[in-house]
Amino acid sequence: MTKAPPPMSLLAELTHRCPLQCPYCSNPLRLDPRAGELDTATWLRVMDEAAAMGVLQVHFSGGEPMARPDLVDLVRHAASLGLYTNLITSGVLLNRENLKTLSEAGLDHIQLSFQDADAQEGERIGGMAGAQAKKLEAARLIVEDGLPLTLNFVIHRQNAARVPAMLDLAEQLGTRRVEIAHTQYYGWGLLNRDALLPDRAQLEATELAVAAARTRFGNRIAIDFVTPDYYAERPKPCMGGWGQRFINISPSGKVLPCHAAESIPGLTFPSVVEDSLERIWQESPLFNLYRGTDWMPEPCQSCAFKEDDWGGCRCQALALAGQADATDPVCHRAPTHDRIKEAVARRPATPPVFRYRRYNNAV
Amino acid sequence: MTVATSVAETSVPRFARGTRLQYDRVREQWFVQAPERAFLADAVAAEILQLVNGKRSLALMIDQLSEKFSAPRDVIAQDVLRMAQELADRQVLLLA
Repeated sequence: MTKAPPPMSLLAELTHRCPLQCPYCSNPLRLDPRAGELDTATWLRVMDEAAAMGVLQVHFSGGEPMARPDLVDLVRHAASLGLYTNLITSGVLLNRENLKTLSEAGLDHIQLSFQDADAQEGERIGGMAGAQAKKLEAARLIVEDGLPLTLNFVIHRQNAARVPAMLDLAEQLGTRRVEIAHTQYYGWGLLNRDALLPDRAQLEATELAVAAARTRFGNRIAIDFVTPDYYAERPKPCMGGWGQRFINISPSGKVLPCHAAESIPGLTFPSVVEDSLERIWQESPLFNLYRGTDWMPEPCQSCAFKEDDWGGCRCQALALAGQADATDPVCHRAPTHDRIKEAVARRPATPPVFRYRRYNNAV
Repeated sequence: MTVATSVAETSVPRFARGTRLQYDRVREQWFVQAPERAFLADAVAAEILQLVNGKRSLALMIDQLSEKFSAPRDVIAQDVLRMAQELADRQVLLLA
């Protein structure tokens, strides 16, 4: 077996606990309980191993990573190893004191999520009263400190109309970057798909709003736009290809090629408790399962784009086509592409109520 | 907030907070580390960016590179100014 190039990024999901309950959360339906979370010493060792194998950036995520009291120790250690440290947070637990500690520990960047530009709607979507004022205060404190800030908005049918207001908010708050990211439909997003999936007119309006803001902002604010792949012709290169660029560690220490991989049945998920990150990346059956192109069925195998999109998303193939090694149904050449068309066609006129992301609310 | 600046030889570049040049010992390559992404710095970019210290002007950087590589100053100047402009536009460098 040829040696796989090292991963660029590590997504460290420190905990699944979170004060918010967003119905499109990227965490798995079966959330890890607090009792099963890795201890500080193990995370510190994981940082050592990640830096040694060539990881360049660590994204501290969750759940809400600020719910872990040892976050600052992990950031300090990662920074001392030369890793680029990014905090992905809801901001509701952030205050002047803990921000100062993180900043002094060497944190490089913060990505702060908002559920909407409208406070009332944002708090309904996130399922947390009082969240918006805390987020606005967090943004103000981060900008005041001078840490680079990216605002993240997840877009769906119930907030798409306010993309222009979200871009205005990003400008008012003084951010460097803003992500306008349409929901991806697996896990909680798939469970809530009818409540979230926009129609094509809504999608196009968000594209126009982003184009207009790009003209207005010029180089001052960068906008990352993520399209909902249900309306794309070709699948996204999910995670930049399975086992190629990203490594994800769950709160309990499972090492995954993507944050949704645990949804694929019949697989053994290696753990940092039992093995080294390097061995897991190079040698585990899980990371080699869909690495490269050998595993691909037709029409992927003879497709000219197979090394552009790497066959799309394995979890989406499983969820919609029933097999993780099927062609991603999003692809217009997939034999199961009708399932995407049906989901769009059968989308109810009125969105059903959210199934909020809570422990034991899905399984 | 970074405002788009037109680059001149008198400009003094520095890395914006949250961006830096970093040598990756595993891949044996230089990278620019930036929010949410790391991108490869090719050999020319790495030579230029190693001289960025927040004090040295682009003019001085051009002089040093032109001497180091025994290359015509105007050729080096073109590379350095173009890269400084591009990285200022991408919010990697701030120009004072």
